[in-house]
Amino acid sequence: METLGWIAFGSVIAAGLCMGIGAIGPAIGQGMALSRALSAIAQQPDETNTIVKFLFVGMAMVESTAIYCFVLAMILLFANPFWNFFIEKAAG
Amino acid sequence: MEISPDNTVYLSYEFMKLNDTLVYTWVVMFLLVGFSWLVTRKITSSSVISDKQNILEILVDGLLTQIEGATNQRPERFLPLLGTLFIFILVSNILAVVPGFAPPTGSLSTTTAFSLIVFFAVPYYGIKENGLRNYLKSYIQPSPMMLPFNIIGEVSRTFALAVRLFGNILSGTMMGAILLVIMPLLVPVIMQLLGLLIGVVQAYIFTVLAAVFIAAGLEVHTSNS
Repeated sequence: METLGWIAFGSVIAAGLCMGIGAIGPAIGQGMALSRALSAIAQQPDETNTIVKFLFVGMAMVESTAIYCFVLAMILLFANPFWNFFIEKAAG
Repeated sequence: MEISPDNTVYLSYEFMKLNDTLVYTWVVMFLLVGFSWLVTRKITSSSVISDKQNILEILVDGLLTQIEGATNQRPERFLPLLGTLFIFILVSNILAVVPGFAPPTGSLSTTTAFSLIVFFAVPYYGIKENGLRNYLKSYIQPSPMMLPFNIIGEVSRTFALAVRLFGNILSGTMMGAILLVIMPLLVPVIMQLLGLLIGVVQAYIFTVLAAVFIAAGLEVHTSNS
């Protein structure tokens, strides 16, 4: 039981840290991309469509790191492999 | 709470399982095929067209323009692949707001299948355009030392394509479920609206990225010669 408690504690803390720290970088990156795109649109309104297209694609690329963090946090919280392993060990 | 619709199994026979992902994939397929079949039964070229035919024409025309913008190539030959991907992802993401509908794009198996299709479509179009030799040559550009990095790049972007779509849709449905538990009034509606927006943007991004990858596979030869 002691081990399980530690695994639960560690998983929740790690999931929170993973999501929190993992959101900072992409958020800054997306903010920078957006600000550059907006100033580019302000300078060249005719090119709005192209700029927005590249902005979306680039943001999707930047965002994928945050998505990895999210998936990792979800795995830690809801499908924790270590947790399941020890539960099975305790039962069997 | 189920993290993936793969885990809800209705029937299982040896290694084959009928899970939520498959069932809702069939639902979306049925809707799309049924709608297209209905419309194309009485299709006309006159100036007076039905609303349904108008929707399809706008969709196909918009897709052609978008694909042409992303690839700088004649878009017709990419339309069957990219258009199907876009429409399927779009419909299943939008249907995610329907209660009880588990979007098949929120399952890693579906998105992996999609990105594997894109993974194999890139060499397919590349080899068809430039020939096997010239296509393989693109992996040792600009120097043979880059070979492992090119391969890693190819694999990792496929992985990113799958996980991005999966993570976005999963996070949408999951946030909705969690908010529904802790605050059932009004706030989940806003999250659903955000989910709709994210669903459409993700469908667009998946298609544009696939188009860009395919175009990158095609343009290799032209940049060398």
